[in-house]
Amino acid sequence: MKDVDRRSFLKIAGTSLGIGVLYSAMPAAAASGEVGAMFDAWGKKNGERVTPFSFIQLSDAHVGFNGPPDPLGTKAFERAVEMVNRLPQRPDLVLFTGDLTHDSEDKDVHSRRMKQFLEISGRLNVPLVKCVPGEHDAGLDGGALYRDFLKETYYSFDHRGVHFVALDNVSRAKPEVGPEQLAWLKKDLARFPKSAPIVVFTHRPLFDLKPEWEWFTSDGDDVMNVLAPFENVTVLYGHIHRDDEHELGHVHHYAARSLIFAFPDPEKAAEKKPIAFDKDQPFKNLGIRVVHENVAGKPAVDTASIEDIELTAQEFSGINGIQQILRNPSL
Amino acid sequence: MIRSNLLKYSLAATLPVTLMIVLTFVAPRAARADDGPRVIEITAKRFGFSPNQITLKKGETVKLRLTTEDVTHGFFMRALKIDEEIDPGKTTEITLTPQTAGTFLTICDHFCGANHGNMNMKIVVE
Repeated sequence: MKDVDRRSFLKIAGTSLGIGVLYSAMPAAAASGEVGAMFDAWGKKNGERVTPFSFIQLSDAHVGFNGPPDPLGTKAFERAVEMVNRLPQRPDLVLFTGDLTHDSEDKDVHSRRMKQFLEISGRLNVPLVKCVPGEHDAGLDGGALYRDFLKETYYSFDHRGVHFVALDNVSRAKPEVGPEQLAWLKKDLARFPKSAPIVVFTHRPLFDLKPEWEWFTSDGDDVMNVLAPFENVTVLYGHIHRDDEHELGHVHHYAARSLIFAFPDPEKAAEKKPIAFDKDQPFKNLGIRVVHENVAGKPAVDTASIEDIELTAQEFSGINGIQQILRNPSL
Repeated sequence: MIRSNLLKYSLAATLPVTLMIVLTFVAPRAARADDGPRVIEITAKRFGFSPNQITLKKGETVKLRLTTEDVTHGFFMRALKIDEEIDPGKTTEITLTPQTAGTFLTICDHFCGANHGNMNMKIVVE
């Protein structure tokens, strides 16, 4: 067990597809030896053996937005749904990490946008769809409309031995989780051993990625302190409309791209302005990000190569990318 | 002669008015009490701050007086340790003595609507 890289839970697969993100949890679970022993040990401790499955992360659809950075409205979102449905291997689960809708002060308009989100996401041919709110869903009304449609803004559930935690860092209007939710999180995690595989999904980054662009959660450190004793934690988030990966301590934080428009690299751009729409390349920057994990028989990953495949106006061009990654022997 | 008198009269009449305009529009934004720090008034309104840039001197203590003309806004700048709310009908005061020169982008971090993400101002410290 000690020889197994702690980062390896999702990093084993770590397959990131930019327009959404496809993760394969324990793709090598059938493997014998060290990896198999790890899963057996987890199974004994956690009460349920982790079995292989994959899931998708989609983010920031902003249904209702229609402006200069993306005059195509829900087109990228709908295309992403089509892509997921065409996957040769059906994922168990789709996680939406917030900003499902674009806000409106008119409650009826916002309700219609939420209904449209549910209609499009309802086309997903997957057994389970789970969401967290973004500030555009829940920032103006404290999450009231979101709860009308999707019940809780924070919750947890177990799936095939993995504990998923949905955190809400938007409903208090400020970028924060708040003391009530922190207390709930401590209680929620109390029953798990330190080795439990945990996936946290939320909207804003739980660390200071770019505070002056509001890319942070003010009490994110408190959340990470609650999670600190756990050895296999992965955090998935959206909000920043671009892919990003940070390793902080033994926790990996992954951001998915948006389904509406992209923001630039904060290290290079002077201002937080959406990357301009290009009518000749309407899905530019909304494409597919592929991470080829160069696993050579070990779950610990030393090297990874990243390949970005942008969507083009050509129908289903992105599918090729997904099929390409699924054919990758490292999966 | 008549013309000169007219000019004098005109100046005499205009000067108080001009002074009043100057006091009305300039003094509240940068008032200085005899024994206190410089006071700078900042107004928040979706989706911007007015003024949208202020200039401070390194080591100078200033008092920011923040008000909102519409909804609740935030006023956040991590490096300057500013994290305040601006509620309607109230004045939020921040006493600040910046020790580092630079340009600090200060944002509204209380979600206030569709263009909230672009609501910011610059605090320049020289």
